[in-house]
Amino acid sequence: MKILVCISNVPDTTTKITFSDNDTQFNQNGVQFILNPYDEIALARAIELTDNGAGTVTVIHVGDASAEPTIRKALAIGAHDAVRVNAVPTDAFFVATQIAAYAKDQNFDLILAGRESIDYNGAKVPAMLAEILDIPSVSIIKKLNIEGNMGVVEREIEGGKEVLAIPFPFVAGTAEGVAEWKIPNMRGIMSARTKPLQVLEPIEVQTSSKIVKFETPAPRGQVTLIDAAEPQKLVDLLHAEAKVI
Amino acid sequence: MSVLVYVENAEGKFKKSIFEAVSYAKAIADQLNTSLTAVSIGNVAQDELQKLGNYGAAKILNVNQDALKSFINQAYASVIAEAAEKIAASVVVLSNSFSGKGLAPRIAVKLNAGLVDGAISLPELNDGKFIVKKTAFSNKAFAYVELHADKKVISLTPNSYKIVEAGGQAAIEDFAATVKPTDLTALIKDIVRATDKVSLPDAELVVSAGRGLKGPENWAMVEELANLLGAATACSKPVSDADWRPHSEHVGQTGIAISPNLYIAIGISGAIQHLAGVSSSKVIVVINKDPEAPFFKVADYGIVGDAFEIVPKLIEELKSFKANN
Repeated sequence: MKILVCISNVPDTTTKITFSDNDTQFNQNGVQFILNPYDEIALARAIELTDNGAGTVTVIHVGDASAEPTIRKALAIGAHDAVRVNAVPTDAFFVATQIAAYAKDQNFDLILAGRESIDYNGAKVPAMLAEILDIPSVSIIKKLNIEGNMGVVEREIEGGKEVLAIPFPFVAGTAEGVAEWKIPNMRGIMSARTKPLQVLEPIEVQTSSKIVKFETPAPRGQVTLIDAAEPQKLVDLLHAEAKVI
Repeated sequence: MSVLVYVENAEGKFKKSIFEAVSYAKAIADQLNTSLTAVSIGNVAQDELQKLGNYGAAKILNVNQDALKSFINQAYASVIAEAAEKIAASVVVLSNSFSGKGLAPRIAVKLNAGLVDGAISLPELNDGKFIVKKTAFSNKAFAYVELHADKKVISLTPNSYKIVEAGGQAAIEDFAATVKPTDLTALIKDIVRATDKVSLPDAELVVSAGRGLKGPENWAMVEELANLLGAATACSKPVSDADWRPHSEHVGQTGIAISPNLYIAIGISGAIQHLAGVSSSKVIVVINKDPEAPFFKVADYGIVGDAFEIVPKLIEELKSFKANN
């Protein structure tokens, strides 16, 4: 089993989000970047599936050298080798095209990514990548097992779940539940320093979207506190003031 | 130039989020001074299809082929792209449902289109530019995305656009799509759907509870409150992790992100990861015995106190409210 895991380098969940250059750029000053939590779940499952020599896990990231600590973390968690496409991504199609250009000759059985990144909240790269490679894709999966030459996945649907059997190769966007997060141990951290990290130059891509402006939500007003002994006041306010019931 | 909307059905019926998507697509068609066509895949009765006319679809391409009985991402994306090419659509609209999230990127690649996923308002069209607003950074910001390809694909976040009744009629046309066997290699083995419950992404009202409820045996009052309101039930991550409630009810950054009109959080402190998934709710009510719970900082209404005393009283008040309204 040869698995490719796509990883993003995203601002830490608790980061205060601010913008610069007239609200056109995300302000990275003082921001701690982390391995996208959903991608980390994908990586954890890939490592479980290839445990005990049952295969290899390669991680790929499209980004500049500042992401190398995140890539090394993925290696410390257990990926065997890593690829970095040396470009600052412009949009999801750019990222998917770079990954597809690398993956097309590599004969991966399975390509995993998190179901979305926690920065731009796009769920686009896995499905775009699959479309470029002309292979199946499945999004928001909660379980992933191997049965013979098929992957068996459980996908979230509105109000329920769906189980699919998909022949390899395919791309899956993983969600929480597919594996437990893995914490790198000292041996992993030490060995990550010497694992191979290949740097590739990007191919040319015509992008089709760009973010032109950011905005932060207007602060919510002060909470209206209601006395615990008078819940009818809440009902009145939800009806007459908020008009939601 | 025209606009195409994909109308996903759940067992032959359209959900509210689809009427939102059709209303939204109709408004874009009006902006572009063109007409709206819907494409439906699967077995949907004529009277159900006809409902789409009321929200602005002038024509419906009805794809009802055995090979497409079940949702297969790859095949459905091919059919929708084929429909878009047939009517020379410049804009394709989908609901940003679980299925829509998997379809929209594939369609965008097939059509060489720009994509905005999770749109929350109508495009701004200025000086030939096409700019769409979406949430970013887990609801901590909004991003305005300019699409500069000739074709555009937009997936609309449920509950972010009002349903608008246009009162029109739709012409239904059978459409025989090309189905490639290579698009149908994935096989559906099982579908489990809780049909009696309000689905979370679509719900206008959501009642959610957390660890403050102490155990799964105490959820009856949460469900009673939700039933009275016609609301969906949800929970925080520790609750689904502890198997008190199913993972499909977990809302938050690593669960489902929702934007209902009313979100009632009972016994949830409001960790940043939870807020990321619910903070775009229009009205937030928090019931928590800890007055310092961070959730109160983003709530519109709050009650500080013991949920086991407050929720039963609230249920009684709602019953008498419903009896009088």
